[in-house]
Amino acid sequence: MSETTTVSNKSVWTPFNLVAGIIVAIGLVLTVLRFTGGLAAVTNLSDDNPWGIWIGFDLLCGVALAAGGYVTSAAVYIFGLKRFHSAVRPAILTGFLGYALVVFALHYDVGRPWRLPYPFVVQQGTTSLLFEVGACVALYLTVLFIEFTPAALEWLGLKRARNLVVKLTMLLTIFGVVLSTLHQSSLGALYLIAPSKLHPLWYSTYLPVYFFVSSIIAGLSMVLFESTLSHHYFGDKLDEAHKRESLGVTLGFGKAASLVLAGYFIIKVIGMATANTWHYLNSGYGAWFLVEMLGFVALPCFLYAVGVRDRNVKLIRYTAAWTVLGIVVNRFNVSLVAFNWHLPSSQRYFPHWMEIMISVFIVTVGILVFRFIVTRMPILYEHPEYHGH
Amino acid sequence: MGAAGAGTLLKGTSAQAAANTHFTGYPNSYAVLHDITRCVGCRSCEAACNAVNELPKPDKPFTDLSVLESRRRTTAKTYTVVNKFPSDIQTTPSEKPVYVKKQCNHCLEPACASACFVRAFHKTPEGAVIYDPSVCVGCRYCMIACPFEIPTYEYDKALEPRVMKCTMCYPRIQKGLLPGCVQACPKEALTFGKRKEILDIARERIRRHPERYIDHIYGEREMGGTSWLYLSGVPFASIGMREDLGVTPAPELTSGALGAVPIVVGLWPVLLTGIYAISKRKEKVSEEERREAVEAALARAREQAEAEKAAALAKAQKEKETAVQQAVKKALEEAKKKAEQEGQA
Repeated sequence: MSETTTVSNKSVWTPFNLVAGIIVAIGLVLTVLRFTGGLAAVTNLSDDNPWGIWIGFDLLCGVALAAGGYVTSAAVYIFGLKRFHSAVRPAILTGFLGYALVVFALHYDVGRPWRLPYPFVVQQGTTSLLFEVGACVALYLTVLFIEFTPAALEWLGLKRARNLVVKLTMLLTIFGVVLSTLHQSSLGALYLIAPSKLHPLWYSTYLPVYFFVSSIIAGLSMVLFESTLSHHYFGDKLDEAHKRESLGVTLGFGKAASLVLAGYFIIKVIGMATANTWHYLNSGYGAWFLVEMLGFVALPCFLYAVGVRDRNVKLIRYTAAWTVLGIVVNRFNVSLVAFNWHLPSSQRYFPHWMEIMISVFIVTVGILVFRFIVTRMPILYEHPEYHGH
Repeated sequence: MGAAGAGTLLKGTSAQAAANTHFTGYPNSYAVLHDITRCVGCRSCEAACNAVNELPKPDKPFTDLSVLESRRRTTAKTYTVVNKFPSDIQTTPSEKPVYVKKQCNHCLEPACASACFVRAFHKTPEGAVIYDPSVCVGCRYCMIACPFEIPTYEYDKALEPRVMKCTMCYPRIQKGLLPGCVQACPKEALTFGKRKEILDIARERIRRHPERYIDHIYGEREMGGTSWLYLSGVPFASIGMREDLGVTPAPELTSGALGAVPIVVGLWPVLLTGIYAISKRKEKVSEEERREAVEAALARAREQAEAEKAAALAKAQKEKETAVQQAVKKALEEAKKKAEQEGQA
């Protein structure tokens, strides 16, 4: 109760709220346009370019950046890194919201969103990688929801239900890692069917492995990035345990990210070697590929390592933001930049401003819901009644 | 050139799920042969297709041949298009341009059907690849998957958008009729028949007129084979038909990734539980070690205390004894003194 009063005491007309309000208003108008005029009314999608940024950003980046949930819960509950415990709840919440938004965004992209359950209840197209993606995302969203409920149940004061869910932690974590492995990788595998359309530097039979491994990088970096923002904006909500463990989480996750980035760099090079695509490096696409590989994989790998060695929290946090950007670059390259590379530029895709605006709208909704939850539920602090789990 | 690299890549790492048998198409399925050398670009096929499939009227009538001046692709309103390629690409000098008809190739193992997560597409035993709009969700993955860039989408429909593509006139085939375009072609550039026989006809034409044809039947093996086959007098790549697609049927491209799913489901929990058990055990061992260390330290402390206590006791005993002795000695001395004094007195 006291929390609600403090919230309402503050003025609602903060600059953040104003901007968010405007974005939401525009988003609602565009939503009406989308569902009355069809995809043509708000997008630049075409017969040559059936997937735009709603897939490239909302789906591919959304899922990759929501990987913090499974990465953190696996680290803490399976690998036994208990000193990262305070990072679990924010990561689970970010993951849950991320997936919820992915599903929300898909309602804009598919032609008949009310039929989204069809692949499960009407006819199962099990030869499709998209079926695997759909099934795993649906199941994992459920898992994340259950993993998130303890926070909500503590907030609501439902002790017995909360304790029951907590008992399922191990099972849910294992289930979550299995499902994440499957759909993170199958998002990359979606493109396996189109070797003639995706540039050979990005097309690889290892695409599913690349997507899975880079999702770990995305998850680790996103936890760091998100904790930076939480420290900045919700510092008053953080309890002592969070503040005390924060340095350890930053250093530990930074170290892990550096290591996984190094591994990722190596398997990318191995992929190039097995496919013998070296000669493509000597082209415009090759230059851009090198930017991705050196600027967004090798560089953050090095910076993370330096940051951990020097215990330079600031450097690690900047590197995390840069790595998150790198994941977006990679997913954009696969889905948009290097896709349809054989087509003349007149037939290539560039998003319509309304497409971008709807993506911005969806991200804004996510931030608003995140704020609503962390200012009310025990996410960044431990509920006093449930101390020590 | 670009995807040639991808092609070699695929050959190098074949999908492990491929068995020893491979699907070569339904035995009695139909096919259409498009003899590009015979096509004159009259667009009769386009007009027939439009009429038979009850598609919306185009902006320019089908008799208007000016549309041939720009490269076209299939759209939601046109299942088939004829494209014109200038004559300079021809190997044999001739003034005539080359006309190529484009429509769904009706793959033997269609990428669209393999990619669809509601099985909206299916390859009929007759050879047609048909689409069922009643289950389609509109994800457009079929359009991503199709190597021939054929399926199109009704982007302007808000409520019931469909994927649109040539049906090989499946309803007509079932009635024993020819596909609309085949029937309309005035130059017999299109021939309909059993795929096996169509292949024989094509081979026979190449054998009889080696000067007229490139020695390749496009669609015989491309992407695992198609039900639309092509003969040409000029290289296919020069008339907008990709020669770098390879011969791997689309479903094989993803079968490896799909095959990994059950293995991950089976193996991951074992691996993860193992890691959990190890980390748990490490914790237990370190806990035990800590307890033992504490106990040992306690025991040591206790022993030391015992020893100190014993020493202190012994010392106290000794002191007591000395004190008693001294007291006795003193008493004796005093008694002696007293006796001496009494004796003097």
